[in-house]
Amino acid sequence: MLDNDDRRLLRYWQAEPSLSQGELAERAGMTTGRAARRIARMQELGVLKGIGAVIDWAALGYAVEVSLRITLDKTQGNAFDAFMAEARKVPEVIELQTFLGRVDIRLSIIARDMAHYQQIYRSQILTLPHISEIEALMHVARIKQAEGLPL
Amino acid sequence: MMELDEIDKRLLRTLVRDATQSAGALGRRLGLSQPATWRRIKRLEEAGVIRGRQLRLDAEKLGFGVTVFLGVKLALRGRVSLEDFERAVSAIPEVQTVEHVLGLYDYRLRVVARDLPDFERVLRRRIMTLPGAGEVEANVLLSEERLVGPL
Repeated sequence: MLDNDDRRLLRYWQAEPSLSQGELAERAGMTTGRAARRIARMQELGVLKGIGAVIDWAALGYAVEVSLRITLDKTQGNAFDAFMAEARKVPEVIELQTFLGRVDIRLSIIARDMAHYQQIYRSQILTLPHISEIEALMHVARIKQAEGLPL
Repeated sequence: MMELDEIDKRLLRTLVRDATQSAGALGRRLGLSQPATWRRIKRLEEAGVIRGRQLRLDAEKLGFGVTVFLGVKLALRGRVSLEDFERAVSAIPEVQTVEHVLGLYDYRLRVVARDLPDFERVLRRRIMTLPGAGEVEANVLLSEERLVGPL
């Protein structure tokens, strides 16, 4: 579906997402028109879904980030859907992932400080439906965060 | 720490979805002039609130059918250097993110692979052989949602 030129464009763009299409074409050694056509095609195919800004919550005063690994009570038929629908309503939840493994769901939660976290945890997380177990991982540092694909 | 007003929040919500729009186009959506919009974006960038941009790629369409989150515990026998571990793990192309955490595990890794046999290869050849790597827990990602957060 994609050829080496497409992958090269994505590789360069992934490394430097602030490049304009013209700059990107130059890096990849293509004409702007050729690069633009390939980019448009990758967007149509849904390979390239967009470019979004990344927020640094610490700069907004959210100093605490916690990963909550949750096991659900699966004897309840609708446990996943009911849990997810309620979890989405908690503003401090910034990521929601479901898994196959020992853990069913993981939530990333941000808070201003530990007191704020405690408050969210007690009043908005523990009240979510069908939880059978919760483990918390406290976030210390991001070592690698580019989230690039090895294209 | 930066305080945001309502317009900043709307601007951020829009930029998280699509950071490629011009200041003029963004301004028209928010009812601001092009220079006023540009100044607000600049301010958010300078305050570090916008950490950067990220390409949103469809991993599956690019041939990466499997994403696995690994919890890694360091083996405490011998002297383990966190720096050595972090450097080595960050250099693995299939490892997309590395987070240092407190709790059940020491590190949380996000790993992409073409399929399960490919993941097994990465796990055995690259992760298990890392300096200091001890116990590893794997959870295969089934679904993922990024939420906009408390804006």
